[in-house]
Amino acid sequence: MDLAFFGVQLLNGLQYGLLLFLIASGLTLIFGIMGIINLAHGAMYMIGAYLAFDLTQRLGNFWLAILIAVPIAVILGLVIERLFLDTLYKRDHLYQVLLTFGLILVLNEAQRIIWGGDVHSVALPAPFDGSIALTDNLQYPVYRLFVAAVCLALAGAIYWVIRHTRLGIVIRAGAVNREMVEGLGINIRTLFTLIFSVGVALSAFAGMMAAPLSSITPGMGDSILITCFVVVVIGGIGSIKGAFFGALLIGMAETFGPVLIPSLASMLIYLIMALVLLIKPRGLFA
Amino acid sequence: MLHRYPKRVTFLLLAGLALLIAYPAWGPALFGESSAFFMEKLTLMLIFALFAVSLDLLVGILGLVSLGHALFFGLGAYTLAMASPDFSPASLWWMLPLVMLVTGAVAAIVGVLVLRTKGIFFIMTTLAFGQMLFYTVSTSSMTGGTDGVFIMFRPSLAMGETPLVDLDNPLTFFYFCLALLVAVYLILRALTRSHFGQVLDGIHDNEHRMQALGYATTGYKLIAFVVSAMIAGVAGMLAAMQYGFANPAQLGWHHSGEVLMMVILGGMGTIFGPILGAFAYELLLYFYEHLTNHWPILMGMTIIVAVLVLPRGIAGLLLDPPGRKTSLFGPWSAARDAQQAERVASASQASAGKSAGEVSS
Repeated sequence: MDLAFFGVQLLNGLQYGLLLFLIASGLTLIFGIMGIINLAHGAMYMIGAYLAFDLTQRLGNFWLAILIAVPIAVILGLVIERLFLDTLYKRDHLYQVLLTFGLILVLNEAQRIIWGGDVHSVALPAPFDGSIALTDNLQYPVYRLFVAAVCLALAGAIYWVIRHTRLGIVIRAGAVNREMVEGLGINIRTLFTLIFSVGVALSAFAGMMAAPLSSITPGMGDSILITCFVVVVIGGIGSIKGAFFGALLIGMAETFGPVLIPSLASMLIYLIMALVLLIKPRGLFA
Repeated sequence: MLHRYPKRVTFLLLAGLALLIAYPAWGPALFGESSAFFMEKLTLMLIFALFAVSLDLLVGILGLVSLGHALFFGLGAYTLAMASPDFSPASLWWMLPLVMLVTGAVAAIVGVLVLRTKGIFFIMTTLAFGQMLFYTVSTSSMTGGTDGVFIMFRPSLAMGETPLVDLDNPLTFFYFCLALLVAVYLILRALTRSHFGQVLDGIHDNEHRMQALGYATTGYKLIAFVVSAMIAGVAGMLAAMQYGFANPAQLGWHHSGEVLMMVILGGMGTIFGPILGAFAYELLLYFYEHLTNHWPILMGMTIIVAVLVLPRGIAGLLLDPPGRKTSLFGPWSAARDAQQAERVASASQASAGKSAGEVSS
C-alpha cells in the first residue's frame, strides 16, 4: 500500500466514520435520554436515502430535495413518537425492541410499496460533483469531503448544544434524573418528542447525504443499524463523545479491514466490540 | 413464576397435544389433498415452538432479552449441514450430541462476553454476535455464502443396522419433533421448579440480592444461557432436516426478532406460552402470505398492536382472563410494577386513614 492509496483510504474511513456518527448519535441520544431502544433507526436512514432519490427526481435539484426531505423526516419521527412510543416509556426494553422491530417491517414494506424493490442512485450534486487531484493519477471526489465537513459541523453543533445551551442542560439533567427535571417545571414529554424527532431526522439526513455516494437499496437500513449498534456499544450507550470516537474507529476498521486483513474483514468490527466489552463492559466513554 | 397452572391451561395443553397426535385422523378429512403440506407446516411450527421455548428460558425466566438467539438456531443447522457426509445419511446418535456440543461451546464463549452486560447492552451485544456469525457465514465460500449448504440425506436413527425410526417419513418426523418438544417442555418445567430454577427466578427479580445471599449469579446465568442455546441448536438442526438446507437467513437478526415475537405473543415466562405463540405467529404468517404480497406490513402492524394491547400474550389471557381482577401471575415487569404501585398506594392510604382516624379521635 503506497502513501497516496493510504491517504485515500484514510479519507474514506474518516468520511464513513463521520456519517456513522450522525446515525449513531441519534441512536445514543434517544437511548441515553429517553431510555428507548429504537431498532427502526436504520429504516429511517433508508427512508432518508429514498426521499432524497425521489425528490431529486421530481424537483431536479438535490439541495431542494434535502430542504423538503428533512422536515418530512422530522414529522415522521414526531408521528412515530406520539403514536407508538408514548405508551412504552414505562415498559421493559423488550417491548420497545419488539415494537420498533414491527416498525421496521412496516417501514421496509412501505418503502417497497412506494418505491419498489429496484436499486437506485442519485447523481453527485453540483457544485460538488468534481474531484480534486491528490497525486498525478489519483482523484478524490469533492462531495465526499463535503459530506465529511457537514458531518463534522453537525457533530460540533450537537456538542455545542449539549454542552453550552440551556436546552443542553435540560437534556443532560433529563438523562440523569427525569423526575427531578419534571419537578423543576420542565415538560419532559415535549423534550422527548423533540429528541426523538431530531435523532430520527439525523439518521434520515445521513441517508440523504449518503444517497449520491452509495446505491440505494431496500435493505440498506438493516446493515447500517447493526453497524451503529456496534458503534454505540463501543462508545458507551448515551455518550455522544463515545459515539464520535466509536464511529471513527469503526469507520476506519471498515475501510482498512478489507485491505489489510481480508480474511477477517466481515467480522472485524464485532471482534473490536468483543475486545472492548472484555476490557470495559459499559463501553469506552460510559 | 407460578408453579402450578390453573386446570384449564393443563387441559388446553393436553387437548392440543391430543389434537396434534391425532392429525392423521382429521388432517386429510379437513385439508384433503393438501393435508401432507399442512403436516409439514405443523412440523415447522413444532420446531419453531422448540426454538421459542428455548428463548423463553432466557427472556421469560431469567429476564435477559436476547436479540441474537437465531445465532444458535443457525449454528445447529450449519453444524448438521457441514458435518453430514455427502453420499450417506449421518447417524443422529452422534449428530445430536455434536450439535449440542458445538452450540453449547459457542454459547459458553459468547455467554462469558455478553453476560458481562445487562439490559440494553445485552440486547445490543447479542444482536452483534448474531450478526458476526451471519456475516462470517454469508461471506465464506466454505459455508456456501448466501446460498447456504444443502443437506443431501436426513440423518437416520438406527440401532446397528436396523433403523429405529424412519425420519424420512414426514409423519414419523412430525411425531419425532412433537416428542422432542414435549420432552424439552417437561424438562424445562422441571428445571424451573427445581432449586436451579428458583435461583434463576431470583436473579430475574433482583440479582444483587441473590449475590448477597451468596449465589454466584454469573455461573447460573451462563448455565441457563448454554442450555437455552443447546435447545435452540437442536431446533435449528431439526429445521435444517425439514428444509433440506442451512442458509444465512436462519441465523440473521430478523429471525431472532421473529422468535422473540413468538415468545411475547404467547406469553413469556410460562414455557407453554411460547409454544402457543409459535403456532399463532406461523398461522398468522401463513394467512397474511396468502392475503397479500406485502404481508410484512401486516405482520409489522400485528406486532405493534400485540405489544400495545397484549403485553402478556396469549398465556396472559389464559391465566388471567379479562374480567378477573386479582393476578397471581406476574413475571412481567410492567404488570408487576403496577401491582406494586397499587399495593404501596393502598398501604399508604390505609396508614393515612389510620393516622387521620387517630387525629380525629
